Amino acid sequence: MRGAESTRGLFLLLGGRVTELLQQLGDVALLSGRTFYQAVRPPYELRALVQQMDQVGVKSISICGIAAVFTGLVLALQTSYGLARFGAKAYVGIVVSLSMVRELGPVLTALLVGGRVGSGITAELGSMKVTEQIDAMRALGANYIKKLVVPRVVSTMLVLPLLTVLADALGILGGMVISRYEFHVDSHLYLSTIWRNLRLADLLSGLGKTVVFGFLIGIVGCYNGLEVSGGTEGIGRATTATVVTSAILILISDFFLTKFFWWLEILA
Amino acid sequence: MASAIDLHKLYKTFNSNQVLRGLDLTIAAGEILTILGGSGTGKSVLLKLIIGLLKPDAGQILVEGEGIVPLQEEELLKVRRKVGMLFQGAALFDSMSVMENVAFPLREHTRMTEGEVRDRVREVLALVGMAEVEEKLPSELSGGMRKRVGLARAIALTPRIVLYDEPTTGLDPRNVDKINELITTLRAKLQVTSVVVTHDIQSALRISDRVALLSDGRIADTGTPAEIAQAEHPVVQEFLAGHL
Repeated sequence: MRGAESTRGLFLLLGGRVTELLQQLGDVALLSGRTFYQAVRPPYELRALVQQMDQVGVKSISICGIAAVFTGLVLALQTSYGLARFGAKAYVGIVVSLSMVRELGPVLTALLVGGRVGSGITAELGSMKVTEQIDAMRALGANYIKKLVVPRVVSTMLVLPLLTVLADALGILGGMVISRYEFHVDSHLYLSTIWRNLRLADLLSGLGKTVVFGFLIGIVGCYNGLEVSGGTEGIGRATTATVVTSAILILISDFFLTKFFWWLEILA
Repeated sequence: MASAIDLHKLYKTFNSNQVLRGLDLTIAAGEILTILGGSGTGKSVLLKLIIGLLKPDAGQILVEGEGIVPLQEEELLKVRRKVGMLFQGAALFDSMSVMENVAFPLREHTRMTEGEVRDRVREVLALVGMAEVEEKLPSELSGGMRKRVGLARAIALTPRIVLYDEPTTGLDPRNVDKINELITTLRAKLQVTSVVVTHDIQSALRISDRVALLSDGRIADTGTPAEIAQAEHPVVQEFLAGHL
């Protein structure tokens, strides 16, 4: 009897969680739809967009740059070490560049921006929510999705590919320094293997992913901010949720996007 | 006198907490009506329903004869131009200066030039006695100053109805007097309908044309301040005795 009750309790708990998750997915989908609708509909909030691009992009350059340089350094160290066993360390350039451009550049940049910018968006919108600034905006007859959500989501989508290009370049250069001074691979050889073997499709598949990552970071940050309840404690919970959710979504979507771009490359 | 706002059989529940239970209230055009009620009785919810920030579970809300319950957010934006609201904590936009805060609705809804916007901002700031603060940030203002700037922002588009959510809460007696005076002055100068929700009974009796008592999700009694002060309704008595 007690066993049946606890099973029922377990199912009720699971059912509740699943319903809650579906409800959240529905809300995020609704917010995404409204965001796209307001993004394409004039008037355009260009001033807010530029401000957000500065916030998201310019202020993330240093953190993304440092991460990219050190990733390139480590990648070249590990790769050269492995390739040297087969007498193929001359190919370190193309291996490092392919890894950076197709995978590490986009994903690491997205994870860092997701942590820095996504949590910032949630904290900002969350504090606006608890101090009734979003209600005030609505009461003043302004559309808060157009004013607050669209600039944040669009700027993240636009800026992430640019940051990724920078990260790719810095990572490859970092790899070149290690290859030159640790493994005595000529810099000219390093660059020429990249130049001859790296294709535009490699670059585009990496950058294509970052547009989707940017959207995920922006929309998760905005959704969690707009859903904040419970005062300052609620803001803390929401920012943590944004960092965790956006990181998981980036890693999961990365797999499917990689498959998708492979498929596109095969078709082309 | 024509009615500015009609609330008919309003019900609103949050989770399992039923806040409004069939509330009926009519607010005449041009009057100052104060809704008195204890904490958590749904006073702020009522104002948010009137301006369309919340939807009731059931019931009708007419603003100048127009039913707002079925309206979508886009359609509500037009209704909200007729209604200004002063929020409890003023709800000024942190990242904007006083000038930008007050200019916000003007830039949003009018085709005024920047010069005209500045002139109008200075005009409404002068009206609330805040002429010298236009370049300051909200964080540099005191609670009373923030409320007055919030009021300037609420009336920038010359609304026909102004909603005040706890306008005197958290203010010192001098600022309470200033805000009360502003509410009556604005009504006289702009002929607006004013709906004030508060638990400050002294202010309510001083500034109102009519007072409505909110209790158990309904309006328990309405009347002029003099009638309310002498009413024998138990809720009124408890409120006057300071038990609510």
